[in-house]
Amino acid sequence: MTPGVAPAVELRELSKRFGEVAANAGVNLRVRAGTIHGVIGENGAGKSTAMKLLYGMLRPDSGEILVEGIPCVWSSPAEAIARGIGMVHQHFMLAGPYTALDNILLGAEPVRRGMVDRRAARLKLDALARQYGLPVDWDRPIEELPVGVQQRVEILKLLYRDARILILDEPTAVLTPQETNGLFENLKKLRGEGKTVLLVTHKLRDVMAFTDHVTVFRAGRVAGDMPTSQTNPQELANLMVGRKVILNIQVPPAQPRPESALEISGLTLAGAAGSRHRLAGISLRVKRGEIVGIAGVEGNGQSELVQAILHPRDPRCRTSGAVNVLGREVSGWAAARIRALGVAVIPEDRLHEGLLPERPVRENFLLGLQRTAEFSRAGVLNSRRLADAATAAVSEYDVRPPDVDLCAGHLSGGNQQKLIVAREFHRRPSLLIAAQPTRGVDVGAIEFIHQRIVRARDEGAGVLLVSSELDEVLALSDRIMVMYEGRITAEFARGAASEQELGLRMGGA
Amino acid sequence: MAFGEDALDWGPAFDEDASARRPYLELAIGYRLLAIFPAVRRILQPILAVAAGLGLGLAATAIAGENPWHVLVILARGAFGSGYGLGMTLFYSTPLIFTGLSVAVAFQAGLFNIGAEGQLTLGALAAAAVGAVWPGLPWPLAPVLAGVAALAAGMLWGAIPGWLRARRGSHEVINTIMLNFIAAGLASYVALYVLSNPDSQNPETRPIGAGYCISQYAVFGGAPVSAALPLALLAAVAVWLLMSRTVLGFEMRAVGQSEAAARAAGIDPGRIQILALALAGGLAGLVGVGEVLGNAQKFKVGFSPEYGFMGIAVALLGRNQPAGVVAAAMLFGALHKGAADLDMETEHLTREVSMIFQALIILSVSAEGVWNWMSARRRAVKGVKPVGAPLEPGVAS
Repeated sequence: MTPGVAPAVELRELSKRFGEVAANAGVNLRVRAGTIHGVIGENGAGKSTAMKLLYGMLRPDSGEILVEGIPCVWSSPAEAIARGIGMVHQHFMLAGPYTALDNILLGAEPVRRGMVDRRAARLKLDALARQYGLPVDWDRPIEELPVGVQQRVEILKLLYRDARILILDEPTAVLTPQETNGLFENLKKLRGEGKTVLLVTHKLRDVMAFTDHVTVFRAGRVAGDMPTSQTNPQELANLMVGRKVILNIQVPPAQPRPESALEISGLTLAGAAGSRHRLAGISLRVKRGEIVGIAGVEGNGQSELVQAILHPRDPRCRTSGAVNVLGREVSGWAAARIRALGVAVIPEDRLHEGLLPERPVRENFLLGLQRTAEFSRAGVLNSRRLADAATAAVSEYDVRPPDVDLCAGHLSGGNQQKLIVAREFHRRPSLLIAAQPTRGVDVGAIEFIHQRIVRARDEGAGVLLVSSELDEVLALSDRIMVMYEGRITAEFARGAASEQELGLRMGGA
Repeated sequence: MAFGEDALDWGPAFDEDASARRPYLELAIGYRLLAIFPAVRRILQPILAVAAGLGLGLAATAIAGENPWHVLVILARGAFGSGYGLGMTLFYSTPLIFTGLSVAVAFQAGLFNIGAEGQLTLGALAAAAVGAVWPGLPWPLAPVLAGVAALAAGMLWGAIPGWLRARRGSHEVINTIMLNFIAAGLASYVALYVLSNPDSQNPETRPIGAGYCISQYAVFGGAPVSAALPLALLAAVAVWLLMSRTVLGFEMRAVGQSEAAARAAGIDPGRIQILALALAGGLAGLVGVGEVLGNAQKFKVGFSPEYGFMGIAVALLGRNQPAGVVAAAMLFGALHKGAADLDMETEHLTREVSMIFQALIILSVSAEGVWNWMSARRRAVKGVKPVGAPLEPGVAS
């Protein structure tokens, strides 16, 4: 670090407790001005807490925060903003029906003769957008803009308020690979203009590709701090988890059985004219004992495909074409009847579709299994057996903390996902439909979930894996199909496709 | 405000429910440690809130020129001081248990039943109609039949908005409110033109046959406390068993928590919504048993002092739990009875003062944010807690 130049941000021995738990226990962090600084760690490692302390959303119990060399004590984010700190939250803070312009002005409206001076604001924003290469259609309502552009609006919001230090919390979680690359081009431009970027993430790939320096958090402390050029993904993963992690598991070749787990022919879903949300003559077959991966940029019909298989009665999923699950033609079936055939589902939106966040782990374990003979008789639940099974599953699947009375919403993302996997695998499925099974999940849990999926395959389940993570599709799938605009546009056997080729196919080439 | 500040400072002011909505997963373990406290807090907070609401209400009577202590004594004596007083309290509480359960059951399934008033109107009308049309039926067949009619009419009146919500997507709040008006109109029509009582000037139906009457308990000095009270308590137990012990109850709560997650798990949310509102309507319809078979022996237009709407307050105060609903119904019944005595025994107060008390109790129960704010401020004043010796420092570059 250059002597004499104050770091943009310095945290000294920062500590913050919640009850008995030290979320931050003496965090030391220095961020050099004009760099992209990665902050990585598993869920619950304390990186978000540290950023919330820096941004004034929380107050430290002890320790110091220095911004550009000046000690700061915030009582609210407004004070941090005034000192040039801005934060883009993982869940955007935007008002959907308002235009992009009004979203940026909200709370910082330029006033002229008692009226909002949109013209002056637009001039300033046009200049900013040009300077940093962040074009936005100012007059479109936010909800009509793609996620990547919404993120641009969030960044412009900070720049409009003259932020010099930008904190981005998990900015790539919602982006497609192309949008991710676009974002990082923008961040590099921001760095070129002298801004400092703090990138909070758990994606090793993002850190390795785009940061200058990286700090690893584990269990409320800093476990490592080094220039990105002097480290590698394996070392970072080990530091995050605190043990040796297998980043890409070795999958033995499949031994597929002759019988099908899932057979789809000519599946078509008519959507609104011009929308991408439709399916055009999808045909595919998943044998028992093999993993078929559906690769594709999100929004190319993967969600619709899964819904059409599982909810044939729902008018929004109404299709033509035939779906055969485990030897049964399921058109017109109720969802529960299909699941009872031995179908397990890892839904793509864990919090929305997979869990009851305000109910205890025990009840979440029961969800979908409540009518099985194991847990109920004549409509009456067997609470004792449920408690035993949930406790056993929580320990087998390493859900932490292992407390079946804790609300599911209080678990970290990785542990929520492990809970869902535990529940769905309790069926001993013959068909597993796994949609984005490791999205937003930390490294240790990814390894675990991948191993379980492969084990289910080896025990004879057919697996349909839908994922937008190339690494995941490549590592797990015995066959890969690429989906683009509602069609299957390519098919590869294991090892037959390179990452580049797959990426091109996903882009429609 | 002076009440209970110490009692509130059990720990960080995390709203247990709100926290799940925010993605503060980092705090997961911290919440777990707090998990024991919300249990205490869930019980204590409404009690303190009721005390606060009563205190505010009594203070209001002082403004009206009464001695608050005197008012409290009259209230308590009126509601509990005699067999008759206690009986009237229980008489008012019984329909509130039914309507409170009705609102609570729907709420557990994620639905807001504002239609208990219409459902109980039709329930009472159905019971009275059965009794008026077949007056000769013998006991015990007669009251059972009338009770089933009340239940069925209420269920029908609940199932309609349930079906509209589940299959047509129209909101149950609008539809239950509108069905209240239709029920009132229907009941007036039947009472005036179809089954009108030839011996009365009032808008009411013909009296039911003698075989329909359910016993009134003599210990209450003539207050119309009937077998409807044990029926209401039984209903509370049944609702508790349903919600906590059965597959259907679990599915109802799952739909109430997250329609999307329930659907993904293979539950048909629409079917559950129809069932839940039908059940809610049936519970409200059972109000007719106490009113028609146990009290009036006929359907009187306007017999309900808005029991259906008070049921919303009862469910809110009772936190949508059957035991809480019973307790809250008893409280509101007592206020209703006690306030009637205030009307007679004080110079400046009328029976409507019970509404003021109810409103203040509801407001203080709802003011959860204020409680959290107070305990947060208290901690801020006390200053930060020491953290102990700094732990191993991180590796700085």
